[in-house]
Amino acid sequence: MLTIEDLRGSPRQRNRERTMRVLFQAAAVTSVAISLLIVFVLVRGTLNYFAAIDWDFGVLSDTGWFSRRERYDVRTIFVGSVVMSAVAMVVAVPFGIGTAIYLAEYAPRRVRNTVKPVIEILAGIPSVVVGFFVLTFVAPEVVNPIFGLAGGAKSMLAAGVGIGILVIPIMAAVSEDALSAVPNSLREASYGCGARKATTVVRVVLPAAISGIVAASIIAMSRAIGETMVATMAAGYDGSGPYNGLSPLNGGLSMTAAMTNAAGGTDAAKGGAPFEVLFFVGLLLFTITFLLNVVGDRFVQRVRQKY
Amino acid sequence: MSLYTPAAAAASARDVVAASLTRRDRDVKGLGLLIALLLAAGATMLVLFVLLGQIVTEAWPVLSNQGTDFLTGTIGSDPSAVGIWPGLYGSIAIGLGVVFVTIPLGVAAAIYLEEYADTRRPLTRLILVNIRNLAGVPAVIYGVLGLIIFVGWLRPLSNGKTVLAAALTMAVLVLPIVIITSMEAIRSVPQGLRDAGYGVGASRWEVTRDHVMPYAAPGILTGVVLSIARALGEAAPLIVVGAITGLLPSTGLRSKFTAVPMLIYNWSGRPDSPAAEIGWSNAAAAAGLVLLVLVLFFNTAAIILRNRFERKRSGP
Repeated sequence: MLTIEDLRGSPRQRNRERTMRVLFQAAAVTSVAISLLIVFVLVRGTLNYFAAIDWDFGVLSDTGWFSRRERYDVRTIFVGSVVMSAVAMVVAVPFGIGTAIYLAEYAPRRVRNTVKPVIEILAGIPSVVVGFFVLTFVAPEVVNPIFGLAGGAKSMLAAGVGIGILVIPIMAAVSEDALSAVPNSLREASYGCGARKATTVVRVVLPAAISGIVAASIIAMSRAIGETMVATMAAGYDGSGPYNGLSPLNGGLSMTAAMTNAAGGTDAAKGGAPFEVLFFVGLLLFTITFLLNVVGDRFVQRVRQKY
Repeated sequence: MSLYTPAAAAASARDVVAASLTRRDRDVKGLGLLIALLLAAGATMLVLFVLLGQIVTEAWPVLSNQGTDFLTGTIGSDPSAVGIWPGLYGSIAIGLGVVFVTIPLGVAAAIYLEEYADTRRPLTRLILVNIRNLAGVPAVIYGVLGLIIFVGWLRPLSNGKTVLAAALTMAVLVLPIVIITSMEAIRSVPQGLRDAGYGVGASRWEVTRDHVMPYAAPGILTGVVLSIARALGEAAPLIVVGAITGLLPSTGLRSKFTAVPMLIYNWSGRPDSPAAEIGWSNAAAAAGLVLLVLVLFFNTAAIILRNRFERKRSGP
């Protein structure tokens, strides 16, 4: 007679099943541990930083970013990051969305099959190479002659253009996903009413995909703020002066560049506030990008639910 | 006599309608939109070609002057005789570290989330949301994590600011990518395969090992290859973890290190004397070309793998 014992398998087999399950679960939980460690490390470092600075009047708000003199004006680096990512968005949004609409709505299959890999290759270009490209081409050959800057000048505008080049692919990819998710019945209904191709694209497909395109912009914005190498190499390390940063034609200091400066210079060896500020800026950056990612994710989910 | 006859009216109405349906009028707005879109897509492609052209022309003097010595030579103070071997060593070690750490860890996590976990449980939902968020954390922040955990806490293992610490940092950085792509690959395995396995009495681990994994393997491999490319190109975490930018006397897993992206970063910041024929920017471009070849090799391999994988699956 067949009993329940026969169906359960041998104890050895059951043990193995349990071990594998626990191992896999441990691997999955590791990812949560990584997040907790990131938050722990940043918060602990920030507290150390607050303990290390002299709380005289205006240590966090006095004109400019001079780590050695213990002047950490948060506005300077925040404005630097915002200006550079704004420039990046001005570059990435029209080119990214334009490329996405062309690929999703217009391109014949053959063109699509060549353009898409090119965009994917562009997505794979390391940011340090783009930084070099900005230093040796975008700044001296394009930005500086047009805006009348000196030949070797570094500006947030040039750095922003470089960051924009880096985020075009993600902008295009997420927007194209959103456009492709729009059901064909909508396009057919529009054609059935006698609408032309352009009218269909602008009045029917784009509005239907708008939350995906908003998501793409938010995710691209988050990437632009977190982009480090181009901002460090090409923006000109300039943290002297509170709102020196506001014009994109000036040099500027981003939050990410402030971090690499704190970690990479002699400050790291000496320790103290000029080094510990790394964690404070890191926590700020983490919080800002986290919020943007959560909002962007909401919009992506909305597209998925709708269609 | 009236000019109006019913027959003539019918004929002219037909002509009018036929004319308006077959008329070729110009859709100016539509044409304008198409031109704008073509310009956007064309400019995006143009940027890539200008970038590649710039790197190659700047790199050419160094590569034609030095040939393969550029790959095997050591870092020096003369840009016309400099080599990138210490950087290449660091980058290769980082790539290998990523493979050894993320394949077991990332694939195991993906197996748990797709094959074992109950997606209605709060813990599973937390893990899923958490992985999506980790994928969006800026690279430089992973550098801070690596500086404290791998350089600081794990000093007995890593010996401080070494290539081992850097490789572990990069592995953590790309782990979310590996988990997400592996989950997608596992999800694409047809349910029938699992049902057939369970039907003949296989256990969950046996079904996963013998049926799900072989089917999902190419997709998982694509994700791993992509993550290697990503890890090779990142420089920001290396600055924070403490890659050195000057001379490097010796290479070893537990000694001071540098990597190709660090050399590009450092060299492109150095001033060139106008008299010199080959300057630091040429050396940086040559190192950039080497990095591009490495990264594009892995990226292209991943794209080809994925296309072949998809074609095979959608085939007869």
